[in-house]
Amino acid sequence: MTKRKTWLYFLPYGLWLALFVIAPVALIVYQSFFNLDHQVTLDNYANYFRSGVYLKMTLNSVWYAFLITLFTGLISYPTAYVLHQLKHRQFWLLLVILPTWINILLKAYAFIGIFSQAGVANDFLRFIGVGPQQLLFTNASFIFVATYIQIPFMILPIYNALDDLNPAYVNASLDLGANRWQTFRRVIFPLTLPGVKAGVQAVFIPSLSLFMLTRLIGGNKVITLGTAIEEHFLTTMNWGMGSTIGVVLIVAMIIVMQLTNDHEPRGGAPR
Amino acid sequence: MKRLLVLIGSLLAVCGLLAYSSHALSTSSGDTGSKVLNLYNWGDYIDPQLLKAFQQETGYHVNVETFDSNEAMYTKLKQGGTHYDLTVPSDYMVNKLKEAHLLQPIDKSRLTGLANLDPQFLNKSYDPGNRYSLPYFWGTLGIVYNDQFVKPGSLQHWSQLWSPKYRDQIMLIDSARDILGMALAEQGHSMNTTDPGTLLAATKKLDALSPNVKAVVADEIKMYMSQNEAAVAVDWSGEAAEMLSNNPHLHYVVPNEGSNLWIDNLVIPKSAQHYQAIYAFLNFMNRPANAAQNAEYIGYATPNRRAKALLPAKIRNDPQFYPDDRTLRHLQIYRNLSPQLVQLYNDRYLEFKMHH
Repeated sequence: MTKRKTWLYFLPYGLWLALFVIAPVALIVYQSFFNLDHQVTLDNYANYFRSGVYLKMTLNSVWYAFLITLFTGLISYPTAYVLHQLKHRQFWLLLVILPTWINILLKAYAFIGIFSQAGVANDFLRFIGVGPQQLLFTNASFIFVATYIQIPFMILPIYNALDDLNPAYVNASLDLGANRWQTFRRVIFPLTLPGVKAGVQAVFIPSLSLFMLTRLIGGNKVITLGTAIEEHFLTTMNWGMGSTIGVVLIVAMIIVMQLTNDHEPRGGAPR
Repeated sequence: MKRLLVLIGSLLAVCGLLAYSSHALSTSSGDTGSKVLNLYNWGDYIDPQLLKAFQQETGYHVNVETFDSNEAMYTKLKQGGTHYDLTVPSDYMVNKLKEAHLLQPIDKSRLTGLANLDPQFLNKSYDPGNRYSLPYFWGTLGIVYNDQFVKPGSLQHWSQLWSPKYRDQIMLIDSARDILGMALAEQGHSMNTTDPGTLLAATKKLDALSPNVKAVVADEIKMYMSQNEAAVAVDWSGEAAEMLSNNPHLHYVVPNEGSNLWIDNLVIPKSAQHYQAIYAFLNFMNRPANAAQNAEYIGYATPNRRAKALLPAKIRNDPQFYPDDRTLRHLQIYRNLSPQLVQLYNDRYLEFKMHH
């Protein structure tokens, strides 16, 4: 009886999984075995791993995703930490989340307005006497904007991890003679590490396939796998090759998940 | 729990209300009876006043749906389930649609004013004898420059773009056929080359352009050029017309050694249903006064020569958008290449983008 009931509860989620997760992934894998003439082939994969262009693009994507994740982390951890100490923290947290309600394209256009030759940033540089600089279409501006967009997704899990941290541990550490830095390094940081890992997952994977920003802010000077997928689906209609890159991205995602997951079994690992 | 239920209930009520009003709005404007015409067009590619005038005159209501690339339109027609009566593919896409058996021939006996069209834009390789298509607008690929940074008249040819003085000054439109086509035209080759070696040489030539390339962007190019962000851009005439109207410092040049000529065409997809309305619309749009009004609104060049004569002299005699015959003779229409070649063009182009 109870078993059947659990089944019923699982049904909506199961349907959701099957329709919107498993089916699309299966379709992508299926498509990736077809060439332009609709013949079954492994050529797409051979192409991918033999062509220097795609490998270089993959390295590029991973490198930029790494940089974006690194900068996001460096900014988000202290921010979440300070936020957690504040009095009206729900309010401050809301201010962090607010930008995620705005469409990413609108934010990108706003940054074009800020970084362009006639933009606010260059007005400021002129004012302090540095003179106008080329800000748009540089790697730095691309990483800056991508980091800005990803920050809330890193702050939230870290904030939650800090929230879950029992203050008794911190007090105990301080009482037992550790200074603030030692307490942070040996107690707070290790205990909030799961939050950081969740944040890395939420930031690194989407960053691998950013494509609108690479064009709008990066002026296509940064080419990631997302650019190639867009081209294969919209211009050349080579869905097979586009799907192959999609499969590579999915595999990359699984690897990142594996690396950032806790391997210790629940219920305490032997120490 | 009760508050949660109230919240969920009110959200559902609001959604239901919105769904109902959107349904009510769409039925009041686009009645699904026989007095309609379903036009599948590029965004903002017809004067809305003309649609109103057409409805007043004939009683047919025009439902407009839009697409933003030939390929997107092709995919939608191919997948079926649509009821478009007319759509507007570019030259090579007319050919591709025809080969995929997605078009119906146009019944010339039901057309009036066919003689208004300039023969220069008829009987082209993509549709010999215009069995399936009628030209709607045409244009070119060319160079836009800002006279605050470039001496007026000094930039006339593709080869000049490679000059070191334009270092980090040029914006390119993000389109494989056009940018590789530019490099091919610069080297005196056909913009439709099917020879991989020639294409490779063009890619090498493009790589050499990299230091001058500031960015490879799409529609945003209009905004950037209007705001003086870059000195030079390679873009289509229609886009250029819009930039020029926003910034008086901008000029447009079609290099006379060769460039692309594109023609957008009205065609009848297989799925069409309202034939009375279709021919009424084609004849309405072919009338010189209407075609001229449309051309003035859109800013592209009209293939209707009697309409052109009605345009203000300033537009009609502007060599930027109605180039002289000598330039026109050197323009090339893109041919519909095989999927493998399209892939090769795009792969080479991606390599160029990776290069810088």
